[in-house]
Amino acid sequence: MAAIAARGSVAPGTHHRLMHDISTCCTGQEVHFRRSPGVSRLPILAVCRRLCTLCSKMTPFRAVIPSASATFRNPCKACNWHGRASPSTQFSKSRDPEAISFPGFLAIRPGGKQHQKGAHSSATFSSTASMALSVAAAASATSLLCSIAVSQRQGWGHLGSFSSTGLIPLPRRLTSDCRRSSQLHVVRNVTTVKSSVATKPAGAIRKIQRMLESRERSAVEITEEYLSRVGALEPSLHSFLHVASDDEMLTQAAALDRHLAEGKELAALGPLAGVPTGVKDNICTKGMPTTAGSKILEGYRPPYDASVVKRIKDAGALVVGKTNLDEFGMGSSTENSAYFRTANPWDLSRVPGGSSGGSAAAVAANQCVAALGSDTGGSIRLPASFCGLVGLKPTYGRVSRLGLIGYASSLDTIGVLAQSVEDAAIMMGVISGQDICDSTSSHSEVPDYTAGLEPLDSFSSKPLKGVRLGIIKETIGEGDGLEEGVIRGGVDSGVINAIKDAGRHLEELGATLDEVSLPTFALGLPAYYVLATSEASSNLARYDGVRYGLREGGEDNGLAGMYKETRRRGLGPEVKRRILMGTYALSAGYYDAYYKKAQQVRTLVQQDLVRALSIFDALLLPTAPTAAFRLGEKITEPLSMYVGDMMTVNVNLAGLPALVVPCGTVPGGPKGLPVGLQLIGRAFGEGQLLRYGHIFEQTAPVRLGPLPELIPA
Amino acid sequence: MHPSAAHAISWSGVQRSSAASICLCPPAERVACSGGATGGQPRVHSLWGPPQQRRDVNGGANRFPTRRQVPPPKGCVCDALPKETGMKSLSVRGKEEGCQGGGGGGRRRLLLLSRGSGASWTTSGPSSSRTAESWANHCCRTLLTVRAASTATDVAEAATEYEAVIGLETHVQLAAKTKAFCSCPSEFGAEPNSNVCPVCMGLPGTLPVLNEKVLELAVRTSLALGCNIARTSKFDRKQYFYPDLPKGYQISQFDEPLATGGHVDIDLPVESGGGHCRVGITRAHVEEDAGKIVYAGADRLSGSEYTQVDLNRAGIPVLEIVSEPDMRTGLQAAEYASEVQRIVRYIGVSNGNMQEGSMRCDVNVSVRPKGRAKLGTKVEIKNMNSFSAIQKAIDFEIVRQVELLKEGKGDDICQETRLWDEGNQQTIAMRSKEGLADYRYFPEPDLREVVLAEEYIDRVRQTVPELPHEKRRRYEAAGLSMKDVLVLANDVDVAEYFEAVLACGTDVKSAANWIMGDVTAFLKANKMTVRDMKMLPSSLAELISLIEDKTISGKIGKEILPELLTTGTAPRKIVEAKGLLQISDPAALEAIIDEVLAANPKQLQDYRQGKTKLQGFFTGQVMKKSGGKANPVLMNEILVRKLNSG
Ligand SMILES: [Zn+2]
Repeated sequence: MAAIAARGSVAPGTHHRLMHDISTCCTGQEVHFRRSPGVSRLPILAVCRRLCTLCSKMTPFRAVIPSASATFRNPCKACNWHGRASPSTQFSKSRDPEAISFPGFLAIRPGGKQHQKGAHSSATFSSTASMALSVAAAASATSLLCSIAVSQRQGWGHLGSFSSTGLIPLPRRLTSDCRRSSQLHVVRNVTTVKSSVATKPAGAIRKIQRMLESRERSAVEITEEYLSRVGALEPSLHSFLHVASDDEMLTQAAALDRHLAEGKELAALGPLAGVPTGVKDNICTKGMPTTAGSKILEGYRPPYDASVVKRIKDAGALVVGKTNLDEFGMGSSTENSAYFRTANPWDLSRVPGGSSGGSAAAVAANQCVAALGSDTGGSIRLPASFCGLVGLKPTYGRVSRLGLIGYASSLDTIGVLAQSVEDAAIMMGVISGQDICDSTSSHSEVPDYTAGLEPLDSFSSKPLKGVRLGIIKETIGEGDGLEEGVIRGGVDSGVINAIKDAGRHLEELGATLDEVSLPTFALGLPAYYVLATSEASSNLARYDGVRYGLREGGEDNGLAGMYKETRRRGLGPEVKRRILMGTYALSAGYYDAYYKKAQQVRTLVQQDLVRALSIFDALLLPTAPTAAFRLGEKITEPLSMYVGDMMTVNVNLAGLPALVVPCGTVPGGPKGLPVGLQLIGRAFGEGQLLRYGHIFEQTAPVRLGPLPELIPA
Repeated sequence: MHPSAAHAISWSGVQRSSAASICLCPPAERVACSGGATGGQPRVHSLWGPPQQRRDVNGGANRFPTRRQVPPPKGCVCDALPKETGMKSLSVRGKEEGCQGGGGGGRRRLLLLSRGSGASWTTSGPSSSRTAESWANHCCRTLLTVRAASTATDVAEAATEYEAVIGLETHVQLAAKTKAFCSCPSEFGAEPNSNVCPVCMGLPGTLPVLNEKVLELAVRTSLALGCNIARTSKFDRKQYFYPDLPKGYQISQFDEPLATGGHVDIDLPVESGGGHCRVGITRAHVEEDAGKIVYAGADRLSGSEYTQVDLNRAGIPVLEIVSEPDMRTGLQAAEYASEVQRIVRYIGVSNGNMQEGSMRCDVNVSVRPKGRAKLGTKVEIKNMNSFSAIQKAIDFEIVRQVELLKEGKGDDICQETRLWDEGNQQTIAMRSKEGLADYRYFPEPDLREVVLAEEYIDRVRQTVPELPHEKRRRYEAAGLSMKDVLVLANDVDVAEYFEAVLACGTDVKSAANWIMGDVTAFLKANKMTVRDMKMLPSSLAELISLIEDKTISGKIGKEILPELLTTGTAPRKIVEAKGLLQISDPAALEAIIDEVLAANPKQLQDYRQGKTKLQGFFTGQVMKKSGGKANPVLMNEILVRKLNSG
């Protein structure tokens, strides 16, 4: 009397009868292909290769597309298909929305038992003991970095045994000809190009809006201007991996003009109406190629917009294109892009910083007004500093990560690069806020970030009166590394001077400035590289050639061969290095020594920063030890590249917000190289940071001059 | 690239045109999580989202609880592949027949051989000796009557010197409407890859959001298993490469599972000697299922031409229940598994269907000489899709290992995964575990930890109905035999029906007899279930009372039962409509008897001359004449009086 019995099993054989089906091939033609009825519409391992016989391109059939009805059969109750939260969606408020915490965050208790989530604000451990522990962790993590760097130089041989753990065997030689010329189509020929960065930072977004509102210029005119600049500068800059077609852009601009002509208020069209915006290529854009700078995703077009992209589009922004980056955001120079290198507009022989180098170069060269970037260990701030821009890395959880191609989930944040603090504030206001599709996004309220940005003429003589600032001692020590805790190798003296000058200027504005020592500061870097690579090894496991993107080798070598070949050919050397490191760090027997210790160090770093921020309103430090370095200068030295991140990674480990504003230049290039001042704020204190940054920016005694001429005569 | 070209094809395999929007939403039943943390302390999640699928489950003894909302399954094509394994090997077949591919040579296809298993860390610890010993003493006798006739003697022999230590890992698919971390329906039997979205296909940039219903069902199951629910638990990533695993990792729980330390109480079948057992539960944790590999061109792996992936099942919520190594025989293991199935069906968290793969069991078996504390080498068995297969596989494996030990070939027993080959009734080596798979677990950074409030757990506790073993104890106390108890309490629907009949005031024994006798027989003959039958419990109670108060005869009762079962008409109505009321009026009976006597003068004369055996003949004739409606007692009384009065 079984209540539920299996009935109606399908007769054997019916599944496997082959039949013809019709689908659309990549040329848009209908193609007949065979399938077996029981297993239709599969993301297919091998079958698809043969299917498209009408055109030579096989790729579209790699993933066979379910019919539209299949998509609609599962309507989403929560958002009605458009990511909107239904009214019934309720979120309970936590008691302190200001506090943040991270997945997998470890705190150390005296007993050494781990897995206490979140950080205790009061330190319960003896500082000596914990320091010993953390130093040990840092040391072991450094040795991991070193050993891997060494192994990289010596070939992969002795680490090859990892293949039994599901790791992808990596190639012995790194391919050098992975770059190719621009895949852009030049928009139109322009004879003269204003390479502009205003000497006085002015809000470019507001300016565009004023022009639109007064009908001084139409959206189409503005768009054409930017498109022409994109076309003219791309051959020398290579900021974009993909540029939207002029049709696409101009149609949207024309629609905007039409709305305005019909008498619609500009405000009703969104805070970014008519603003040409760049999007880093690791942020998904529906229908627009999104490769994360990797060959393995070449030609991949996401079926959905990232939450931030949806938000800026809803706010009226025009997406100019997808900006270049280090593959999957792994790098500090944008030289790790699988497609081409981006140049720094201040000196075409130098890197723009990374990984959001394309975004930074594009904004600096005014190819777009502002750009979205992502910051896992400094990927917004470093390029902002190198390219003389404002860069804001928000608090973890402030901006939805949905649609950001994951590198290290617990560190990744999406932020903005802009020419002025005001632009950054407007952009932040648009992209911030909770997203029900991102469990780690915060529900804390989004303030009006532009509210605190007063115009220059309304400043009092001491606009920063009462603001307590701390300058992190370890980051401005000129020592040779012998002094305890001072960052090894030291920081460029020109950079230190620029930061100290900025500090003095802030004091003149009324702030109090003290030195603060953070003994754990130097420990962040190795911990960061252990954690980030561990998560990367996991997040990148999905690029296996089964469902989308590149697939290689499956025809001849079976499944393992397909995995190997796909990942060997699809992933770049830096990505492989990090996957290898992360896989190693998570392996049985090494987990406690690396991953767990790194989590403990992370907790220490966060506690130190939070403690310092309980005394100071913001912390000052350089963004990078140097200004922009030369293309190729560090590409063969992964460790020296990693060291360049030492000023930025702690902020990600702690999940705090940080703002970079230009604060001067050092000699180099035709017109000097910009240096950025980094301000670290309290969790969800972006508004405060933007206010300080705005006051600094508007009153700064040293301003960046115009960009050098970018078009060769 | 031109925009129209950009939209013509989605390369994701999810959607084809720009007109169709894609859903990235979290499950409709998702956990309503708080955004920030509290004061530097761990986050607090309130799990008091609005209940969405909550059904009224009541544990009352005499009420007829609402039916489960789990829809009855349709169809079954599951090939019951072993789960959560690492990838092992692959070979490639050349050329397939009928290849119509353009441009030359036969396309080669992937052929996946098999998936090896990973280390089953969950049961690798030493067994709990207390329970193990008490069990061994209590249950060894059942070895003598195991069902696998072919090996019964071997098993009995094996048990004289050796004892087996058995633990089970049971995967139960939780009956939430949507998948664990996205909003796709979790229905069974949909067209391949129709219940997929960017999240469960592992597209770049997608993020999981926990389905709150999954948590509720998992907590309910854990409570039913007597587990302690962790106030704080978290999700981890279990990493391995396999084409049915879209993200390259499975979201599971590693070192902080949802539940720990429960137990299951078992009553062994009476035919096997009976007895009660208790099996410990080590832990229960939530995880997502992988997709399904489809071997095209053949029913199974061997002979298939190529391999395809169906991701409908990817992301379906599963609760993995890990038992203590408390079992000693295949029978105990099979009974444990069937008790788990009974529990999940009772509490409405799963249909527990093994053929569909809604419930899957992996078994760990080791053998050691009696009296030795150290455990033998553990072998894992997979691919059993029925309880009897579990029993047979274990018994086979015990005998195999004992024989090896007896021959001094103990070293040949290696830690490996074996598959149960139903056709040949044996276990076959699938993959050795020499290179233990390293799943590189680490905390899932895309999900927050799960923090359960005390009141939430209490509220879920309210929804746990009476459990099978509690029901059995109650039935036993009501005076039913153990055999009847096991039958009635086996199926929650039957038990509910039975109790509903009792609620109408029917006597326990007659209700049990009717349900286990004629009703079951009819359902079986017509391949129906209790749910299919139309007869209300009150109708059966009425039928029984009609018989008991002699309104109809038992014979009539049995005759009208099929009609009751198929039409649902009230028994009294049928009886009245058909004029089947028992004739208890002496005058009417006398008239019939008189007629019969008058029609059979010869027999009457014989009777009166001493052939008293003929009374039976007259009884039959009267019954026939009355259409079976004569009250037999009264009729006999009158008949005897009339026969003898002549
Ligand atoms: Zn889904």
